[in-house]
Amino acid sequence: MAAESYPEELRYHSEHDWARIEDDQATLGITWYAQDSLGELVHYEPPQEDARIEKDRTYGEVESVKAVSDLISPLSGRVVEVNQKVVGAPETVNDDPYGEGWLVRIELTDPGEVDDLLDADAYQKLVAEQ
Amino acid sequence: MVPFAGWDMPVQYAGVIPEHLAVRNDCGAFDVSHMGEIEVEGPRALELLQSLLANDLERIEPGQAQYTLLTNERGGILDDLIVYQLEPCRFLLIVNAANTDAAYRWLKEREIPGSDVRDVSDQYALIAVQGPKAIGRLDLGDEPAFTFAMGAIDDVECLIARTGYTGEAGVELLVMAEDAVELWDTVLARGAQPCGLGARDTLRLEVCFPLHGNDITPETDAISAGLGWVCALDKEFTGAGELRRIEEEGPSRRLVAFVMEERAVPRAGMTILEGGEVTSGTHSPMLEKGIGMGYVPAAHSQPDTDITIDVRGNARKARIVKKPIYRREES
Repeated sequence: MAAESYPEELRYHSEHDWARIEDDQATLGITWYAQDSLGELVHYEPPQEDARIEKDRTYGEVESVKAVSDLISPLSGRVVEVNQKVVGAPETVNDDPYGEGWLVRIELTDPGEVDDLLDADAYQKLVAEQ
Repeated sequence: MVPFAGWDMPVQYAGVIPEHLAVRNDCGAFDVSHMGEIEVEGPRALELLQSLLANDLERIEPGQAQYTLLTNERGGILDDLIVYQLEPCRFLLIVNAANTDAAYRWLKEREIPGSDVRDVSDQYALIAVQGPKAIGRLDLGDEPAFTFAMGAIDDVECLIARTGYTGEAGVELLVMAEDAVELWDTVLARGAQPCGLGARDTLRLEVCFPLHGNDITPETDAISAGLGWVCALDKEFTGAGELRRIEEEGPSRRLVAFVMEERAVPRAGMTILEGGEVTSGTHSPMLEKGIGMGYVPAAHSQPDTDITIDVRGNARKARIVKKPIYRREES
């Protein structure tokens, strides 16, 4: 399992999701804190490719032995790629939540939403209060 | 830690999956002191218990234990428990934590002259040490399942019972509450991995041991639950007549075990689309698939029958399998 970290280059949503913004696309995943709270993941229910997902709304589920958790999208967009590696081996998220364990790539429909997200410091402060 | 039946219980230490694998491959320890202990003593203790418990206590003798059911008039299951015959006229019942008060009251209200029912839960702690290496790590000899004897683990005196809830070899150690911490530390020092409620649930579900409150309840009868083998229908006990009728007519539904054919984790309360409901579900660390148990119409309960689980709005295929779901491969 990975060590606790919250990379500076990512933006965060208070529901424990991260986004890596690259031009008009974003890669999404769950934070170290989220995977640590859930425990080893055993199931990833991804959205359909091409599906539209909305900021602050559910776009899929991840599940550990203990619990199921909705995935809350930090940004709105259209799904261009689902990480099939995580579908086949959900524990990849625990091993590498910000790298190999990414969940979807989306094409942003409202890039301005990025301004609503937290930076690493603000998110870390939020986690510390939990 | 989570609240469970009035106790603060650890769900996990290292993680459900590593703990589960420790018990299947080596040895794990569970603090199950929340379980209730009820003592029944007296010249007519046997007579009282024979009239209230489903299994036949004539089949055991002092030093032996038996899995049995406390049944109501409708044949419903008030609790499933293990009864230990300590002496000819003295029995210890280890009951589910959430049912301790109800079971105690049920027995106490039916006490007969010459029998004394006491709730002694506060006096004892219970530590289960389970796994293929459990007996060796505790330096114990092999004994048949469902037997017990007084003994000691590194000088901590306890009742050593060859029982458990994991499907593995192992023991349950009943110890005076004041010695519990010392025994726990001793067991861990001997190499048992501490395990929580999470692994306890995945382990018991893989081997299809029912969980009271989920798979069996006062509203479900032993025959439908597949526990007819625990019911001595040739003797009289509470609900025996009703259970004989159900056995003869055949139950309308049965508790079955199933394995997911598609990726999904079934959970208690989910609908089985062919009719019925999931009563227990989880991810099996051994099969690396979703597994569960649930009630389905009897006509639809044969192994290899396909069923469909409603997983939060998604229909997911599963197949009914013979119990247990997981069985150790004989080497």
